[in-house]
Amino acid sequence: MANPKLWGLKKSPWVFHVAAASCNNCDIEILDLITPHWDIERFGIVLVGSPRHADALLVTGVLNRKSLPRVLRVYEQTPKPCLVIGIGTCTCHTHMFERSYNVVGPYNKYLPVDVYIPGCPPKPEAMIMGVVKALKRL
Amino acid sequence: MRRVVPIGPYHPLQEEPEFFKLIVEGEKVVDLEINIGYNHRGHEFISQTLTWDQVPFLVERICGICSDSHPYAYVLAVEDCAHITPPPRAQYIRTIIGELERIHSHYLWLGLAGHFIGYNTVWMWVWRYREPLLDLFELIMGNRNHYAINKIGGARRDILPEDYPEIEKYLNLLEKKNAMFTNAILDDPVIRARLENVGVLTKEEAIAYAVTGPTARGSGYACDVRKDDPYDAYDKVDWNAIVFEEGDVLAKAKVRLLECDESIKIVRQCLKNMPDGPIETRVDDIPTGEGIGRHEAPRGEVFHYVRSDGSNMPVRHKIRAPSYMNIASNVVAVKGYSIADAALVLAAVDPCYCCTDRTFVYEKGKKKYSGQDLLRLSLEKTEKIKRRYGK
Repeated sequence: MANPKLWGLKKSPWVFHVAAASCNNCDIEILDLITPHWDIERFGIVLVGSPRHADALLVTGVLNRKSLPRVLRVYEQTPKPCLVIGIGTCTCHTHMFERSYNVVGPYNKYLPVDVYIPGCPPKPEAMIMGVVKALKRL
Repeated sequence: MRRVVPIGPYHPLQEEPEFFKLIVEGEKVVDLEINIGYNHRGHEFISQTLTWDQVPFLVERICGICSDSHPYAYVLAVEDCAHITPPPRAQYIRTIIGELERIHSHYLWLGLAGHFIGYNTVWMWVWRYREPLLDLFELIMGNRNHYAINKIGGARRDILPEDYPEIEKYLNLLEKKNAMFTNAILDDPVIRARLENVGVLTKEEAIAYAVTGPTARGSGYACDVRKDDPYDAYDKVDWNAIVFEEGDVLAKAKVRLLECDESIKIVRQCLKNMPDGPIETRVDDIPTGEGIGRHEAPRGEVFHYVRSDGSNMPVRHKIRAPSYMNIASNVVAVKGYSIADAALVLAAVDPCYCCTDRTFVYEKGKKKYSGQDLLRLSLEKTEKIKRRYGK
């Protein structure tokens, strides 16, 4: 066991969901994942209520002026090492909101994102695969 | 003694970032402050930099749950401006998708309402039967959400005759399950105890706060754009508007459950009477003028206004989403109830913050800044924040 922290992270990752400025669509697809049809809890992935309990952050939506400081604060509160998983095309770059006066730009300027899952919204299968790939990289 | 209970902006209760300041005396909520704006992305501004045909893709992404409603209202507005009548088949297709979306949205609310009162069985059950509907969307339009069915002058995709049996099959399943949910939820003593006489919004308050959609219809105020100002196929089908007088959360739940039945009725009739023919008309250019579009979204009336100067993009695009009025009514609905009920009452209007966030600055009852001033100030502030937090 080279790094017990990483070893602990791999087993049943608890995730916290952060919606920066999203359109709700990735958010409801995340909730969809824990309902009976997809049921990711059988893989040990549990949605938790506090970033302090989380191993991974699921971020959705573009970052805007008001949400950026708060998202960074949530990231600071998450115990390290933690994974940051960007869900949706909005997190990969700024999607179609590049011209907006209120959007501060892509995530990689502010946060270390481990995995990007493109799609608008990504299919639930893609989200599960994204989490699995993120865990494999550890 | 007054204390403040903050909810948000990132709270496990909510999917979206928004901030509520509950001012409480003991257990009782005496006042509420609502602070929104975490979701503001500047759609109206971006819309004025895109061409007419690109805008539906943008306004679709205002909200992922009513992703048919915004483009629907927008294309109605542009068609009003350019005096275009879409072919009958396109009208029927749009109506079908609009109604299927209503079912999906109401089920989503129902599940989340179960979650908010700690009754996760309701949540899991309801969302289980919402899932085949998303598969149906994927079959018809190629995506589970964000359907891109609306187009100026028609519909972007046809519903193929071989897909009719699939839709029919789902409607049969849903009809049975919806009856089951209606009985199960209305007969359950636990749910009744939590929902009945909680968060009452009287008819006078509903009118004073100009609420729309199921929130208004649950308070005995019968406003429904589909009945009041019918568009597309809504005047060619037979259905009833559901109205309840009580104004509590149970009435809102009943409105939504029974509306699903009406939606099934509408979709069935549309499929039966679906005319043949083209699904779009050719649109060359949009003449100078202005137009409005109103659509009854699952949450209430969506209103879009466009102004054209004859060029290839709108010069002004104004959006008014239903949650904008509905959320304000929370201030009266939540007063006098306990903190435990507050979570449910705040969610009872089916709030959608991504539709709602917008900016005005008022000082002494007057608008302080013009749109251009706000834009300049906003860009400066954004640059400042980028520099402060950027790596």
